[in-house]
Amino acid sequence: MIDAATKTALSEAFPSIAWSEFRGDTRAVVPREVLFEVFKRLRDEHGFDFVVDITCVDYLNFRGAEDRFGLVYLLASTHTNERITLRVFVNEPDLTVPSAVPLWEGANWLEREVWDMFGIPFEGHPDLRRILMPEEFTAFPLRKDYPLQGRGERHNFPVLHREDA
Amino acid sequence: MPPAAAKTLEDLAQAKSRDYVWTLNFGPQHPATHTTLRLLLMLEGERVVDAIPDIGYLHSGFEKIGEHLNYNQYVTVTDRMNYISPLANNVAWHGAVEKLLGLEITPRCKYLRTILVELARISDHLLCNGAVGLDTGAFTYFLYAFYQREVLYDIFETLCGARFTNSYTRVGGVMYDATPLVIEKIRAFVRNFPKTLEDMDRLLNRNRIFIDRTKGVGVLTKNEAINRSATGPIARASGVTRDLRKDDPYLAYADLDFQICCATAGDCFARYLVRMAEMRESLKIVEQAIENLPSGPVNVGIDERTTLPDKKQVYTTIEGTISHFELVMTNRGFEVPNDEAYGAIEAPNGELGFYLVGDGTDVAYRARCRPPSYIHFALFPHLIRGHTLSDVVAVLGSLNIIAAELDR
Amino acid sequence: MAIDVPENVVVSKLDELASWCRKNSLWPMPFATACCGIELMATGASRHDLARFGAEVMRFSPRQCDLMIVAGRVVMKMLPVLQRIWSQMHEPKWCISMGACASTGGVFDTYSVVQGIDRFLPVDMYVPGCPPRPEQLIQAIIDLQDKIQREGTISGREFATRSRQERKRALVELPVITLPRGVSHLPQGVRVD
Repeated sequence: MIDAATKTALSEAFPSIAWSEFRGDTRAVVPREVLFEVFKRLRDEHGFDFVVDITCVDYLNFRGAEDRFGLVYLLASTHTNERITLRVFVNEPDLTVPSAVPLWEGANWLEREVWDMFGIPFEGHPDLRRILMPEEFTAFPLRKDYPLQGRGERHNFPVLHREDA
Repeated sequence: MPPAAAKTLEDLAQAKSRDYVWTLNFGPQHPATHTTLRLLLMLEGERVVDAIPDIGYLHSGFEKIGEHLNYNQYVTVTDRMNYISPLANNVAWHGAVEKLLGLEITPRCKYLRTILVELARISDHLLCNGAVGLDTGAFTYFLYAFYQREVLYDIFETLCGARFTNSYTRVGGVMYDATPLVIEKIRAFVRNFPKTLEDMDRLLNRNRIFIDRTKGVGVLTKNEAINRSATGPIARASGVTRDLRKDDPYLAYADLDFQICCATAGDCFARYLVRMAEMRESLKIVEQAIENLPSGPVNVGIDERTTLPDKKQVYTTIEGTISHFELVMTNRGFEVPNDEAYGAIEAPNGELGFYLVGDGTDVAYRARCRPPSYIHFALFPHLIRGHTLSDVVAVLGSLNIIAAELDR
Repeated sequence: MAIDVPENVVVSKLDELASWCRKNSLWPMPFATACCGIELMATGASRHDLARFGAEVMRFSPRQCDLMIVAGRVVMKMLPVLQRIWSQMHEPKWCISMGACASTGGVFDTYSVVQGIDRFLPVDMYVPGCPPRPEQLIQAIIDLQDKIQREGTISGREFATRSRQERKRALVELPVITLPRGVSHLPQGVRVD
């Protein structure tokens, strides 16, 4: 839920944002081009100094979805107790999104996980490597076209027998 | 395809190494790393110059499983995240699901879930502080804490049959209502626990060795805590006075009288004291809630069509029968809006939230867990720079990193 | 040091003595990864005390223990570490796979969890449960002690010849239940043996 003043200020500055509300959460769909400016304005002028979560949803099998990936940024303000959900939709082939790390250090590992699980590169991230999967892993597991049981990577290891010690 | 600036772990270690700095591999199998985490420590003698964390040694694909199990089955998997306080995870998951559905649970259920979250909080803080004590050499403290946790396990077992990994909540209610025996046991715990807390205080609060090992070690300033998204006791020990139970009251917290525990120093000792104080506050909450436990049904009514009705209703009323079949038959189940919601609680470790995307069926389209341990482990390199090798253990213990929540 | 004469009374007594010594001082190496690790710690704590059975110290160094208890799910990133620790242990060594996740993958049939460590390591005892109660783990250690007493040799011959595909026998033989014709509570083709 955000204050009405914040919402009007943001809608005036960025008319391309689409607002909605659901169960008490305020959501804003932001186009990728103005994303970094929206971040900067939220942090500097409206006091949103806390990143709650950064995640992604793969809408491949979702009925009625137009874009494939939806990045979700949950931000909060520790002074006024406001929370906002920003959503950015990206499509292949160009999945690059500006990184939020220059503004909030807490976004560092959250963006690394989105890269690892979905394959969305963040431009301006200081250290974009795989974090949860092994570094040699090639696929992006949380995408909808990757099966739950994997493609056989989990059993591709040497076997130690009792005689081998 | 990774972007051009990406390096492997070896490249990073190479880049940070200098002539007089040596690398120590800490983990993933090590008694002091609470289960599987790995740290590459760059040391200059005994002093830590840098620490590179390497995680993923327990990544089990929880979020992918969330896309294949329905809302009542997934609660068994949420248990296995922060397995020190599984009831808190269950309540967080079903709180988020009920927020997505727009379902209002009964007052008795709210109070019961509050009591259980607070007991889980006591259990978590006992283990965290016990582990800090164990790692800094205080074995008796650890055994006291573990004995009290066994008493709590006894309560949980009487309630739902499992010592931990309870999977107790369901959509719209809980698995079984609390019997009078459980309530009696909780009352007995509330009576007997303060004495143990005092014993534990006497062991460590003014202990010269413990204070020397934890005071001034791993200092997190208030601005850093906010910038790096720390929540829970770690943030509160740095002076951030945020607690979801007071800022955005959920369950029964609005009716209960308790205080948030904060400190300003931000070091390991402050985090230890904040956790001890939070245990006392949780006990107060449990005491008030158990005396004021409302009577009435614990699950929502059958009109909502989300919880299984009790057997008497199923066998005697037509609505009960229909409701039971609607929920149990395949390809039926309850209706979920085609939308997204985020629901969080103040778990013992910090803000534990679930971001849910519903697609009309009773299997979530996306179940994202916002794990406090993951975000806190990113703080570790920042906290440890300049300290010695023995402080690594104290800081790691005070951050309460649970590997299953870290890696999911 | 293979001794060829099978009926030698002195050697079999030595075998029994060595097995008795080894079984009563099994020092576990807790390879605790997840929730079963907490039950392992609870088994070592004061209420269910594992030290009564000889597991006096939980040594975390593989060079100093003889029993590896794998408690918790093993992920493919962790498996090489597990194998390395197993190979660092000296013989005689045994392995207990504690919990459903270590035995078969458990709840987690996903892309990253190994579906049972016995695919990659020789396991001597399986403990079912999610997580198993401390009493179950203690029962497994007692059963392992019986196994060591039954099959142990002083020279360690049993480690050179046992192979992973050996059919595991249940320690308690259950009777086959016969029901009147037409009544069956077991699905077709299930044998109880």
